[in-house]
This record gives sequence, C-alpha cells and structure tokens, in this order.
Amino acid sequence: MTKQHANWSPYDNNGGTCVAIAGSDYCVIAADTRMSTGYSILSRDYSKIHKLADKAVLSSSGFQADVKALQKVLKSRHLIYQHQHNKQMSCPAMAQLLSNTLYFKRFFPYYAFNVLGGLDEEGKGCVFTYDAVGSYERVGYGAQGSGSTLIMPFLDNQLKSPSPLLLPKQDSNTPLSEAEAVDLVKTVFASATERDIYTGDKLEIMILKADGIKTELMDLRKD
Amino acid sequence: MFRNQYDTDVTTWSPTGRLFQVEYAMEAVKQGSAAIGLRSRSHVVLACVNKAQSELSSHQRKIFKVDDHIGVAIAGLTADGRVLSRYMRSESINHSFTYESPLPVGRLVVHLADKAQVCTQRSWKRPYGVGLLVGGLDESGAHLYYNCPSGNYFEYQAFAIGSRSQAAKTYLERRFESFGDSSREDLIKDAILAVRETLQGETLKSSLCTVAILGVDEPFHFLDQEAIQKVIDTFEKVPEEEEGEDEAGEGEAEAAAAAPAEQGGAGAGDQDVAPMEM
Repeated sequence: MTKQHANWSPYDNNGGTCVAIAGSDYCVIAADTRMSTGYSILSRDYSKIHKLADKAVLSSSGFQADVKALQKVLKSRHLIYQHQHNKQMSCPAMAQLLSNTLYFKRFFPYYAFNVLGGLDEEGKGCVFTYDAVGSYERVGYGAQGSGSTLIMPFLDNQLKSPSPLLLPKQDSNTPLSEAEAVDLVKTVFASATERDIYTGDKLEIMILKADGIKTELMDLRKD
Repeated sequence: MFRNQYDTDVTTWSPTGRLFQVEYAMEAVKQGSAAIGLRSRSHVVLACVNKAQSELSSHQRKIFKVDDHIGVAIAGLTADGRVLSRYMRSESINHSFTYESPLPVGRLVVHLADKAQVCTQRSWKRPYGVGLLVGGLDESGAHLYYNCPSGNYFEYQAFAIGSRSQAAKTYLERRFESFGDSSREDLIKDAILAVRETLQGETLKSSLCTVAILGVDEPFHFLDQEAIQKVIDTFEKVPEEEEGEDEAGEGEAEAAAAAPAEQGGAGAGDQDVAPMEM
C-alpha cells in the first residue's frame, strides 16, 4: 500500500525572476513584473521588489502570498529595531534577520526565493542570496526565480571574479559602472524573457546609492 | 493627604470611597518635570522640560515616538513611562500588521487606559506612576489625550502635567480657543511659551526644552535645538512686540531680573523634583 499523498498543496508558484548586482558604491536590484499561476497570467504589473530599509531592498520570487507575509514580518521587525536603536538597519543586519526569519519556519517554509540588495556599512554595494529556509551568502551578484538558470551562467561569464582561492582576497563587487550594470541587467532580462514563459511584461530596476533610490521601468516581451 | 489605615494596598477602599494608592500614583505624576501638549485641527505639539538630576548627568527622555502618526510625552516615573511607550509601539505595529492601516489614536488610549485599570484592581500590582500626554492623528484630525494612572483618559485641546504645570495651564487656558485654527509655527511658539511659564523665572534656553510635532503630511519628529532657539529668539529678544500678553511682559522683566540669580534658582528648582522620578 503506497503512502497517500495530499491532493491539495498550500503552495503555488507565481513565477518571475529577480536579479541583483553589487557595485563599488551602488547596488542594482531588478525583477520582472509578471505574476502567473500555472499557464495563466494573473498580473502584468506586479512588483516583486520591496524596500525594507534605506539601505536594504528585497526582491523575491516564488509564492507571492508567502513573499507578502515575509515582507510584512520584516517591516514590523524593522520598526521595532528603529524604536530600540534610533537608526535604520544596515543591509548586513537585515540579511541576518531575513535568514533567521526564514529558518524560524524551517518546517513549513516561506516559499520565497530571495535576493537582498543594498549598501553595507562602508557604503559598498552588497548582495545576499538565499534559499527558502534561510541559508545565505554574501555575493557580488545573484539571480533567483524561474529565469535564474538562464541568467546566472551569463552573469558568471560577465562578472565572475577570479578564483576565491587566490590571494590577496579579491573584492566580489563588480568594477562596472552603474550605467554598465543597469545595461547588463536589461540585457539579461531581455534574453531570459525570450525563453522563460514566466518572465516578461515589464522590468523594474531599483538603483540604490548613498544619496537615495532611483527606479526605472523597461518594457519586456509580453508573450 | 495623610497616611492612614486604608492606603496600604490598592485593593483596599477607604470608607469615603477612595483608593488612596491610585491617588498617590497621581501625586507621582505631579512630582515629575513638566510636559505640555497642544493641538490644532491638523497638528499636535508635545513639549517638555529637560531636568537633569545633576550637572554631570544627561536629562531623561520624556517624549517618545510611538508611530509616524502618534507621539507621547510623559511625566512622573519615567521608567514606567518607557515601559508603556514600548507597549504602545507594540500595539501600533501589531495593528498596522493586521489591518494594513495606522492605529487610530483613540483606540490606543483606550488600550492604555484598560491596561492602567488592571493595576488598580490586583493586590499584587501597583498603579503606573506616570501620566501620558498622547498626541496623534486619525481620520477625523489631530487629537490630544491625557492618560492617568487611575485608568481614566480625557481628550484635550491643550494640557500640561507635572511640576509647576499650573502656570502652563493658566497660559493655555487663556489661549486655547485660538489653537484650533493656529498655524504650525504659532502652535510651536505657544508650546514653547507654555514651557517657559513652568520655568517661572529661569531664562528659557533651547537646551532646557524638548519639542516634538506631528501633523497631517508631517510624521512625528523632534525639532532640533536650532529651530527651537530660533522660536525662542523671536520673543525673548523683542518683548515689547508680544501682542496683548501682559503676563509675558512681566515674565520678560522677571527673566531679566532673575538672570543673575538664575543659577541659584535652577538649583532650588531641582529639589522640587522627587528623587523617585530619576
């Protein structure tokens, strides 16, 4: 007698792709705006990027209901932090908080694939990449979501730093300028949109710098 | 109020129907350094006197941000005030999380009042020894409430609590009818003038007071020292231009006369503040 399996799942995948690239004094966070379920489109204009703090921006693909719940929890925790410390959370602090929040639900996880981008305490760009249960790592660039397998190898080709085994330790941030990084992001999304049915409609790009956040929207193929 | 056989615990009524422990808690509020609140239709200003225990120490924080649209000024046992502020922040965050909208200040003061009432009806607790001036915004505009240790709360156009608050209240009583339509700047000026009344003789300096404001399209924030000093300079420098303010004119003369004696006055003033408040 084979084990009975559930005929209802608490999860759904709303598709989409998220990318972030860290520069010397900026961070670029980008995501498409298509929200889908199965082979249907739910929205062509849904933002997957959420500002958590002045210097920390979260982009998540996966199950958007869980993503929304996760964003709300982090927002409340950030408010508490501000009341207690009289200042905003730094990006590395938010990175740890996100990891802990995800692991807290280790046995009924948030179906959220996160990329956290921002500026560290020294003003340098930082990107943190996560799995669904909170395992995280600081990297120079990251991609998550349905198009990540198409995008990541290309980013590796363009941005990957020399072997981490070499000394002296190399900075994982890209030496590219902000404009070049934004251009790269637009290129990768245009390519991913061609072959990934869950990625498309519009591209939302947030550029985080010490003096503030700029947002840019670019059209993508809608088919 | 004298010590008697009915004041040992909060759950004992006196034969005349009083709960002395609750009344003693209200006394603690009167001993704290002054806190003042006033509101117009669109803004609420909270101000307080910064009384440091000694020249060596810093002064205690008596005004707290609860949320972008709610602030609180306290007088009395500041430790109790801090704990209650933390509770208010928590309530505000939980409401925002559940309802995705800001907590109406009227609801918050009811929560606070109910929390205070619990402490008046448990033999193992004591009432909170702090009075709270809660200023906040909701859909119907700006509001100012006063929460007592007794668990009562009242809405005010303007109010002052703490030591020598009667002087500020007298000033506010004369002017409150115009507050509703006051501009933001006039409201701040009135708050600082009210603080000056409680100082009674001491020269008003921006280091002696803390002022915070919130309003429609203006999240709660503290005014910095320069902004406060600028407002002070407008009435301290040119006392003749004070419109219809006889008391203020006298106040100026007193301030000028008391200036040399200011140090002594400040020292004597500190003795009024109960050691418990620190």
